[in-house]
Amino acid sequence: MTSPSSVSKSISKSMTMGEAGLASGLAVFAFVSFLGMAMGHDAAFSFHAALACAASLISVVVIGNRYLDRPAELPPAEINGRPNYYLGPIKFASAMAMFWGIAGFTVGLIIAMQLAWPALNFDLPWTTFGRLRPLHTSAVIFAFGGNVLIASSFYVVQKTCRTRLAGDLAPWFVVVGYNFFILIAGTGYLLGVTQSKEYAEPEWYADLWLTIVWVTYLLVFLMTLVKRKEPHIFVANWFYLAFIITIAVLHLGNNPALPVSFLGSKSYIAWGGVQDAMFQWWYGHNAVGFFLTAGFLAIMYYFIPKRAERPIYSYRLSIIHFWALIFLYIWAGPHHLHYTALPDWAQTLGMTFSIMLWMPSWGGMINGLMTLSGAWDKLRTDPVLRMMVVSVAFYGMSTFEGPMMSIKVVNSLSHYTDWTIGHVHSGALGWVGFVSFGALYCLIPWLWNRQLYSLKLVNWHFWISTIGIVLYISAMWVSGILQGLMWRAYTSLGFLEYSFIESVEAMHPFYIIRAAGGALFLAGALIMAFNLWMTVNAGRASETEGTAALQPAE
Amino acid sequence: MKAIIQVENFASSLVGTLWTPIFVGIFIAIVAYALWPRNKSLFDAAARMPLRED
Repeated sequence: MTSPSSVSKSISKSMTMGEAGLASGLAVFAFVSFLGMAMGHDAAFSFHAALACAASLISVVVIGNRYLDRPAELPPAEINGRPNYYLGPIKFASAMAMFWGIAGFTVGLIIAMQLAWPALNFDLPWTTFGRLRPLHTSAVIFAFGGNVLIASSFYVVQKTCRTRLAGDLAPWFVVVGYNFFILIAGTGYLLGVTQSKEYAEPEWYADLWLTIVWVTYLLVFLMTLVKRKEPHIFVANWFYLAFIITIAVLHLGNNPALPVSFLGSKSYIAWGGVQDAMFQWWYGHNAVGFFLTAGFLAIMYYFIPKRAERPIYSYRLSIIHFWALIFLYIWAGPHHLHYTALPDWAQTLGMTFSIMLWMPSWGGMINGLMTLSGAWDKLRTDPVLRMMVVSVAFYGMSTFEGPMMSIKVVNSLSHYTDWTIGHVHSGALGWVGFVSFGALYCLIPWLWNRQLYSLKLVNWHFWISTIGIVLYISAMWVSGILQGLMWRAYTSLGFLEYSFIESVEAMHPFYIIRAAGGALFLAGALIMAFNLWMTVNAGRASETEGTAALQPAE
Repeated sequence: MKAIIQVENFASSLVGTLWTPIFVGIFIAIVAYALWPRNKSLFDAAARMPLRED
């Protein structure tokens, strides 16, 4: 490790506590992982230990090189009285979001086609629907959505607190560590490593790693808020903070598990029976509420006003929106367990809170849409803004549909059918997907100080993806209701009218339409990736005025 | 021993019952804070925070 000339130049240069601590910690972790690799009880565990070993060693080298290359002083918090924003980790997370988005949408398309044409399972364990489905959900929710949330939260908290992100290596640890978690989780699914809890499939060692990363994320975010130059904490930061804290609590509540061996991938969950089911859906629904809703509402409250150049329609409503959402969402989980062994009163409680949630959801939707007042004409000229506004409309639609489906009598028809899949995707593709695309179309030019390469391509992306979403959700609505009605149809003699396989046959055309919708959505995302690539690598610097000229201070 | 259990049951059921009015009270206080006329200028300024450049 001895030295290039840069060390000798500055006598006072020394490693920070963070650099020395993280490098030595990772070196120890590399050794432990090496032992885990050698002594692992199953191949998947050894493979993951090998990945951890390699990643730790590479990180030690990168931290060392970064130290050797940097000047003795860490970057200043301010330059000429202006905050010196920390953009590197945000750039990394934004790029990873685009990568995982393409990967997740592709796997989604594959499993949609598997449902239409089962031969595409290829009779191989690694490519079966059962393993690819969690790969799809985790890739789109946690990998794509998670990276968008981390990137945008690190950006928004700096800009609205007018201060540099807290920490030097810590933000890098968060973004790289989080993506390493995704790698472990995703490869685990393909190899059959799962604890079989929906949206919480990763096994105990991945869960532990995520806990470390997530607590660091919380600390970076909190410490940035603490050293803010702005007395008021902007509402988007409240939403981000609620998202980070609640995900930490949910993750810890749902995942306490006892490994069969500390050298193997299999574990058993602490909760049993109906308590496990209740914990699972307390987790599962609040992952929807705080990951897929609160976090992306934070994006709405910063990016839509910024892009539309209009203030938030009603800041008072945003405060009430926030607290109503926080108070109500946490109770809605039991609606996933209607007509199960869960006590009836708990089911009714979940249903009641789900219906009450309609009010804050629509309050937030109105607040987002009305922010456009006085700037509606921009919807015609700015497809990025249009994408975000349409996402808010989808948010309104799916938060109307959700409470309706939580009503027990409606649920008796919709539960276990494709209607649920249609509902989830109107929220996931329409709301989360579009608001994320809009945020990335803003963020990438801001971060790299470029003009967006082509607004015309954004327009193409918008329309292709919108048609894809419409095909997807309408196919699933029809097939779901058809399915539900076929299951409950009786003959005059009291026998079931249809066998199960007849309902499966009836689904076939809708599964093909759904796959076509998914293909269009993926095509739109590929156009986006090309557009953003060209923005960064062949784009023009952002001095000239244009639609993309909503710049941070240059 | 029996008396202790009874006291504990009473205390826990009282807290369990009181959570609802406590939460409702907190929420009403938040709504009052949000709608309080004197806070209007603060919130109007906050609504413009994303637009401000530094």
